[in-house]
Amino acid sequence: MMEKRYAKDRLRRSMMFVPGNNPGMIADARIYGADCLMFDLEDSVAYTEKDAARFLVHNALKTLDFGKKEIVVRINDLSSGLGIRDLEAIIPAGVHVVRLPKTDSAQDVIDCEKEIARIEAEHGIPVGATGMMAAIESAGGVLNAREIAQASGRLIGIALGAEDYVTDLKTTRSDGIELLFARSMILNAARSAGIAALDTVYSDVNNEEGFLEEVNLIRKLGFDGKSVINPRQIEPLHHTFVPSEKDLKKAYAIMDAIAEANARGSGVASLNGKMIDKPVVIRAQRLIALAEADNTVEEE
Amino acid sequence: MDDLKNIPHIEEINHRGLFAGVPPKHTATFQERTASQNKVLPSLEAAIRATGLQDGMTISFHHHFRGGDHVVNQVVDALARMGYKNLTLAASSLAAVHAPLIQHIKNGVITHIETSGLRGDLAEEISRGLMDCPVVFRSHGGRAAAIRSGELHIDVAFLGAPSCDPYGNANGYSRDEDDAIACGSMGYARTDAKYADKVVILTNHLVRYPNAPWAIPEYDVDYIVVMEDIGDPKGIMSGATRYTKNPKELLIAQTAAQVIDAAGYFYDGFSMQMGSGGASLAAARFLRQMMLDKGIHCRFALGGITGQIAAMHEEGLIDRILDVQSFDLDAALSLRKNRFHHQIGATYYASFLSAAAVDQLDFVILSALEIDTSFNVNVLTGSDGVIRGAIGGHPDTAAGASLSVVVAPLTRGRIPTIIDRVNTIVTPGDVVDVVVTDQGVAVNPRRPEIAKKLRRAGIHVYTIQELKDKAEALVGRPDPIRYTGRVVGVVLYRDNTIIDTIHQIDEGPTE
Repeated sequence: MMEKRYAKDRLRRSMMFVPGNNPGMIADARIYGADCLMFDLEDSVAYTEKDAARFLVHNALKTLDFGKKEIVVRINDLSSGLGIRDLEAIIPAGVHVVRLPKTDSAQDVIDCEKEIARIEAEHGIPVGATGMMAAIESAGGVLNAREIAQASGRLIGIALGAEDYVTDLKTTRSDGIELLFARSMILNAARSAGIAALDTVYSDVNNEEGFLEEVNLIRKLGFDGKSVINPRQIEPLHHTFVPSEKDLKKAYAIMDAIAEANARGSGVASLNGKMIDKPVVIRAQRLIALAEADNTVEEE
Repeated sequence: MDDLKNIPHIEEINHRGLFAGVPPKHTATFQERTASQNKVLPSLEAAIRATGLQDGMTISFHHHFRGGDHVVNQVVDALARMGYKNLTLAASSLAAVHAPLIQHIKNGVITHIETSGLRGDLAEEISRGLMDCPVVFRSHGGRAAAIRSGELHIDVAFLGAPSCDPYGNANGYSRDEDDAIACGSMGYARTDAKYADKVVILTNHLVRYPNAPWAIPEYDVDYIVVMEDIGDPKGIMSGATRYTKNPKELLIAQTAAQVIDAAGYFYDGFSMQMGSGGASLAAARFLRQMMLDKGIHCRFALGGITGQIAAMHEEGLIDRILDVQSFDLDAALSLRKNRFHHQIGATYYASFLSAAAVDQLDFVILSALEIDTSFNVNVLTGSDGVIRGAIGGHPDTAAGASLSVVVAPLTRGRIPTIIDRVNTIVTPGDVVDVVVTDQGVAVNPRRPEIAKKLRRAGIHVYTIQELKDKAEALVGRPDPIRYTGRVVGVVLYRDNTIIDTIHQIDEGPTE
């Protein structure tokens, strides 16, 4: 089987944005406990700094030890001409997942995948080793979310980029009602394709209360996680995604009942007189995975 | 009355002869009296003359006005004008504001310096060989011990005080009125006042007798000079020390709090000290939350006190504060307002010759410029070899506390913090227990039980060597600093033995 740099199914509660032209932040990015790190070559890097950032991220990928973190790089739009050069720098350097900005249609994904495959082949990397994710940042993109999510087998997830999206909608960010449709659309598109759904950033770093409200909302909707722009947001974000003691106890009880039924050779398990359905088991497994992820000390 | 000869064993009774009457009793009101008979002299020069100060003697100062101090420069300027030479300047610490001393060293007014630290241009010049005699660096506790034992004999102490009454009862604040330049505790000055031969108080605020509560009692004071300006309020203190927003410092602080808890020193009735540095101050915030979550109390907080500690006291989380130095205005205001926020002197704080409060510490959180693989800590010289810090109470608290936690980022810019050998040993590894960095925790092998407890709590414990390797993997190995053979500073441990020396930096061309 081909060795892939990414895993479709993994914990992605937090994806931390790190400007690609800041060596100090890149070197330190690992220490804050984010599940995924996203080095940015796009909006956080001024046009005059693009080359420097590309060079820096290339070398960071090659030399720094990021432990078991998923490493994502946000490239520039392919139409800008910068995107191709970004791909040529980061794919040979070992990026796990390429994040496409401003994805409006399935064709954007297909075009990018073609370039990725070409570069992989040119560098002797198994074609298909590199993962992709698509950020949807326009009304058109939201309406095309379903096709985008299914445009490539490499996609690990789709994400909402809210700042451009609300501008496109002719509104601004407020209590979240303005994003309800886009979030629902992206979530359903992701789930129907069997990939992750990731929420947008919350940019008012000092408003912890507002951040937590938004995190609670996206958790209830069903998102896997969220992009963060400051390490201070990681702990409260993860904390919200940690299941409650009560839910966790129930999840363990369910798994115990399943194990017991299996030991008896019975296909039907029950807990407190109620039959345990498959979705119940899946939910319990996810809950336990989340709780364990939160308690794991990263050993290196 | 019997003749003295008739009293049996009279030679065994201490007395001063026979009663011969008393001088006339005074009858004026005490208010009238304080106006006419007091210790206030008309000028600084008059006070200097009155002390009998001579060439070659030792003068002392405190550093409670920090970067806002105007006392040291004004006094030494006056001494220079009056033609004094060869003086030893023994300050509890010196700051960047004291750069004018460079001139007075060059012209021979000051030939020796004793201090806890140096910064700014004065530190730079001394590192380049300004003085013939090396500067003597002592910890706060070491200085207090040396003053008491006579190793550091002070002839005249010049002590700035934000409030003082006409007899010399002086303090860092006044209960009578708001004082813009209140510095809070005057703990370090109290030791000087007690042991110096002559004490001059310089105040901008002559208040009515009695200036109670006082830090320095009138019987320790000889003369008072009222000055228009003893310091710049902005440099002395401003508002509350802010909690850091730097995510790396927050991460270090949070880890330090977890380490203390896991090590078993976070129990109901614990005692603590923490510095005013970003990470150690932020640790207070995490400890506070843990105290609320667990429902436990701190019996006392010691040391340099910040507004955060004062707020936890007012919240009922800390029973007592022992304050040798108030780091910010909120701490100073708390000292004035709160009965159980108690001012202590340097001797009681940290002297190894006395029953010292540092010996009752459960834990202390300390910062570091450099840490080496033997756990020695440097807080005095920078990575370029130039003096840029102060010993403070670092070795005193590290030795006294049951658990000393040193916090530092693993690298600063491109400079590793953990190295093979620190440039200057200030606190020996023998009293440093745990090092907490942003990239991991190391426990001194002397404390295997702590390492075990941390591991049990799920904290990954590295060896100090592993942390050093991590730092080098990130930023490489800097070239060694080039020094000349000449010693410019002598560093004393808290028992006043010489623990290290500081050499002149070599700025000549490299081959």
